[in-house]
Amino acid sequence: MEMILASAIGVLTAAGVYLLLRLRTFPVILGLAFLSYAVNVFIFASGRLAIDQSPILSRYGEASYTDPLPQALVLTAIVISFGMTAVLVMIGLAAYFEAESDRVDIDQNDDRAEGGK
Amino acid sequence: MMHWIILPVVMPALFAPIIGFVMRHDIGLARIASVTGTVLLLAVALFNAGMAATGETFVYRLGDWPAPFGIVLVLDRLSALMVLLTAVLAVIVLIHAIATGWDARGKHFHTLFQFQLMGICGAFLTGDIFNLFVFFEVLLIASYGLMIHAGGRDRVRAGLQYVVMNLAGSTLFLFALGTLYASTGTLNIADMARVIATIPAEEAALVRVAAILLMIVFAVKAALFPVQFWLPATYANASAPVAALFAIMTKVGAYAILRVHTISFGPGITPTEDLAATWLFPAAILTIAVGAFGVLGARRLMPLIAFSVLGSMGTLMAAVSAFSPEATTAALYYLVHSTFAAACLFLVADLVVARRNNDALRPVPATAQNGLFAALFFGAAIGMAGMPPLSGFLGKLLILDALREPGLMGWAWAAILGGSLLTIVGFARAGSVLFWSSTALEAPLAASPETRKAGAWELAPAMISIGMLALLAILALPVSGYLEDTALQIFDRAGYMTAVLGTGTEG
Repeated sequence: MEMILASAIGVLTAAGVYLLLRLRTFPVILGLAFLSYAVNVFIFASGRLAIDQSPILSRYGEASYTDPLPQALVLTAIVISFGMTAVLVMIGLAAYFEAESDRVDIDQNDDRAEGGK
Repeated sequence: MMHWIILPVVMPALFAPIIGFVMRHDIGLARIASVTGTVLLLAVALFNAGMAATGETFVYRLGDWPAPFGIVLVLDRLSALMVLLTAVLAVIVLIHAIATGWDARGKHFHTLFQFQLMGICGAFLTGDIFNLFVFFEVLLIASYGLMIHAGGRDRVRAGLQYVVMNLAGSTLFLFALGTLYASTGTLNIADMARVIATIPAEEAALVRVAAILLMIVFAVKAALFPVQFWLPATYANASAPVAALFAIMTKVGAYAILRVHTISFGPGITPTEDLAATWLFPAAILTIAVGAFGVLGARRLMPLIAFSVLGSMGTLMAAVSAFSPEATTAALYYLVHSTFAAACLFLVADLVVARRNNDALRPVPATAQNGLFAALFFGAAIGMAGMPPLSGFLGKLLILDALREPGLMGWAWAAILGGSLLTIVGFARAGSVLFWSSTALEAPLAASPETRKAGAWELAPAMISIGMLALLAILALPVSGYLEDTALQIFDRAGYMTAVLGTGTEG
């Protein structure tokens, strides 16, 4: 299971970084989504892998349980990355409609002396 | 339990939705509420600073859970100072935004402004590294809105880069947190210090990796050399009051490095103690160089100022990276100074740019109050470049004095002095083109100078921030005395750990 999980995180991260470097709005958004999936799985793994164990102490069974904290952290991280993705989509759309180009990098005219306020 | 400590976080968090939901159609009401909230924040920050000045470390346990398990807010001299700085800056920026009408040029300025304050104050107060992440996200998501406030093609495009950059940074932050949690089993800064100090050698490499990742994340926030490229575009394209408020945001990165690398990864903790000196110092020196050459090469006013902010961050981080109490005292003095200097420059530049209609560095016919703006720009520029009599000179002097170690001295002195020289040249050139060449041209017929004069309220914020620089220079002795105590408190790791983890004083 460790092998599968580790390679999943690796593949997701690699895909995310690759898409991020495409420097066009839509791939970049997808890339960040991949990265946040990778990081969510990674945080899960930081509490050590366990199978069939609840994240809370069972009052009746034996006292074997998995670490609850990473689950709380992942929950927070998911909510935040979800919100951020929404913001990013909105800003990406706005930038696309304003500039009529979906490139994320700096355009040639950026340091023009005229300047635009 | 004293609830004063959490007020800087809770209060803006309450004001923001009220302004957003109730007052979104009435800019007048929103302004009143926003000013009220910010002034109250200043009052609370003053009270907190007074409390922290006694030298005690106050701990606020949320839900009254004991420290390693529950979330804590920590108020010591450093966090009180940073919150106070944020509040003073916020009042100045808010007056400027209202007086010049920037807040009415887009939606939800005041809501985002309050959320931004909440995030910044939270980041300064938290004693838990995951909460640091959460507050980072709060301040970032508000800053995304503020960054593209008032819209426009260039601004939105620069905003997109800023957002993508920071989201990538956030992901890195989470990777660092996951690694840290996996190897130490805690995310509380004080508890982590306890665990890392006794970590077995085979786990140490993992902690080191996490510490480096964290440093990269904070360096992104502080705009240090390899990851500084977002700053000039962002600051140059944001609306001026927003850029002035962002002057504190780079300091959040500096604060986080200072906090985490003294308490958790600090001196005496073998796996990570050498990180700061090895990586941070060269990065800071290169940042100064990038900033200085940027100032020299800029062809527009706003990028010029943005690059000078970069240079000042480099100077600040050079002092921080020495991690000695003397250098930290100097760094804190320079931190306070550079926040006001950057804000002041952006505010003055806004007044100038609004009258010239663009920020290109080429002569246009003189605008109304040319002399006054020239004087203000001159004042702000000598503040930023670090010339006497304003506080930048003393700040740089303190930093140079603190960086006397033979290994550091050559590089640091050369970079700081050379950087200052280039900055002065850049500002002198910009000022002479903007204000002196202008008077040589004939006045245009169409523009009526009377209508575009700046009122007292528009000038006040810029003048107050220059006043703060002068005050900082006049009160240099008491202020540096206070900061010396602050630096000693930062390096008193045992005191921090007892306060947070032990049965120490309940704040």
